[in-house]
Amino acid sequence: MLEWKKDGWKAAIALGPTLLIMAVFTFYPIVNTFIMAFRNNYKFLSGVDEGFGIQNFVTVLSDPRFLGALKNTLLMVVVSVPITVILSILIAVALNSIERLRGFFQTIFFLPYVTNTIALGLVFNTVFHKDFGLFNSLFNLGAVDWLGAETTYWRAFFVLMVYTVWNGLAFKIIVLLSGLQNIDKQYYQAAAIDGASKWRIFRKITIPLLSPMILYTTITSFIGAFKVYTSVISLFGKGAGASNSFGPDNMLITVVGYIYNKLWEAGTPFGVASAGSVILFVIILLITLIQRRVSKSRVHY
Amino acid sequence: MGFKEILLILLGLAALFGIGYLVVYLVGKYKEKKKAEQLALESGANAAELARAKEIQRKEKEAYVPADQLRAFRVKRTTLKVITYIFLILIALFILIPFYWMVITSFKSAEEIAATKPSLIPNKITFEAYKNIFQLELNPNGTLKRGVPFLYMFGNTILVGFFTTVFTVISVVFSAFAFSRLRFKGSDVLFTILLSTMMVPGEVFIITNYGTVSRLGWVGARLNDDTVKIIGNYLAMILPFIGSVFYTFYLRQTFKQVSDELYYAAKVDGVGDFKYLFKIMIPIAKPTIITITILSLMGSWNAYIWPNLVTDFQNYKMWLVSNGLSNAFRSTIELTGPGNVLNQQMAGSLIVTLPLLIVFFTLKKYIMRGVVRGGTKG
Repeated sequence: MLEWKKDGWKAAIALGPTLLIMAVFTFYPIVNTFIMAFRNNYKFLSGVDEGFGIQNFVTVLSDPRFLGALKNTLLMVVVSVPITVILSILIAVALNSIERLRGFFQTIFFLPYVTNTIALGLVFNTVFHKDFGLFNSLFNLGAVDWLGAETTYWRAFFVLMVYTVWNGLAFKIIVLLSGLQNIDKQYYQAAAIDGASKWRIFRKITIPLLSPMILYTTITSFIGAFKVYTSVISLFGKGAGASNSFGPDNMLITVVGYIYNKLWEAGTPFGVASAGSVILFVIILLITLIQRRVSKSRVHY
Repeated sequence: MGFKEILLILLGLAALFGIGYLVVYLVGKYKEKKKAEQLALESGANAAELARAKEIQRKEKEAYVPADQLRAFRVKRTTLKVITYIFLILIALFILIPFYWMVITSFKSAEEIAATKPSLIPNKITFEAYKNIFQLELNPNGTLKRGVPFLYMFGNTILVGFFTTVFTVISVVFSAFAFSRLRFKGSDVLFTILLSTMMVPGEVFIITNYGTVSRLGWVGARLNDDTVKIIGNYLAMILPFIGSVFYTFYLRQTFKQVSDELYYAAKVDGVGDFKYLFKIMIPIAKPTIITITILSLMGSWNAYIWPNLVTDFQNYKMWLVSNGLSNAFRSTIELTGPGNVLNQQMAGSLIVTLPLLIVFFTLKKYIMRGVVRGGTKG
């Protein structure tokens, strides 16, 4: 084997500029946001604070708005993640079982991935329009208000879930389908020789061998659902920062929405938004840790 | 619109799908047959022999399985297939209906939309909505009153997307090279640190970065601000997004597949590390680099939170695509009432969506490959 030369200076040239930019916009923010979260009443322009403490966390955790946002987000996670994951498993298995038109369907199912969230939010806003929308007229519902001023929590929530599922299927279908195609055909041949039923093959071969991919899509959609923001904003069409960007009285506000609203709010110190983002980070960290445990004990590699 | 019409439309769509399927099926059958004949000709067998062989094959099959069982099996298999296709068609309709609604609504006139029952096919195709959104109307103070400033939105997005992508690709190529080929102290530790930053939610970065660019005076350039301030505003949109840990990781995997022997051979021939990178590694990893480029550009097209945060809501000349679309209709809705602008909303959405769809259909294989390796949306 050839003698390795020390590549230190070459690495410095290759990595230097990137690390410099990352130092300012990636490493420093992680440290700084954590510190700001613990600085009481910190004014970022003048740099003055009133000492360190957990005041920001107390403010956030005792704010009914934040608790409401947390409740909304949890509800969105609990409803949307199982629906999208189960539906995309079914679609991927169906796609894998057919030969003709597979590419055609695959392309259609992928379309939501390559669309602009804001633009399609406006489209869903129009589809669910009270007077001129497709949904009300398709199901003969009369003038039911889904996203306007007279909507109810559950109606708006329903539309949000429809949009989330619509938006979230593409990625999972593609990942699961590629997982299915990587399963060794020999397992299926062996099962066919033994005369196993389709359902049994699905349960005993497909699901276990697909489990790493299922876990991966579940975790990414868990994390994605916890960070939901743009799709809610786009659905109501009012833009970020408005008093009703998350529906009447911001009723569908999410954790990320709360963080940005606090960042914008005049007079609120940066520490409050920072504390909110630290809490979000902890939640995501917990999910990742749980994923590690589950993948060790349950997933079939 | 009554139940009968819906049924008719569904039947029509089903018929359309059915005809499409039939055509594909027949063409496939025909091709198979041609191929079989070709093969038979090549192997020197004649048609009669072929038919006899087929007959024997069929009889053999039936000899093993009783006829009624065979029929039951076939019925079951066909039923399952029909159910599968119906399921897939329903999901496809669910995915396509919003697109369809967007297209037809954008070509309807305001009067037709305001008619009590929405029509599934426009009575008359008009370009009224397109004319309206392209016509910019300004307030006395220079802010936008009506219309969507697509020229600025597209121009800004292309500018920001271009610079972000160029610098990101350069940074990613060099970083991936360093982490896959070069040997230096602390390389593993550094890479682990970089990977762990991927777990941190974007909000943590955005809060401090917003503070940083504000302190530099780079946020919220107004309509009549000078060039320095405007350039700063662009820098605020570009700089924080240069480099990407995820793409570095992705490209490193590709670089690692290049065999070591090639590297040693190049070393023996006296080829330097960076020459090796440009002459061998980059050409080999070209598909991956193309994927990264496309995904990065698409990221700029869809970016909403950060551009919305650092630009001035009133200054339409700094808007990118996503926040521009949102801002434009936010003010229009307040001015004219929702009934009049639905077709304009859909026309705007269509114009913003179309470039993405064109890119997707021309570069499908690169995009789908990149997504399998780890997408970010959804």
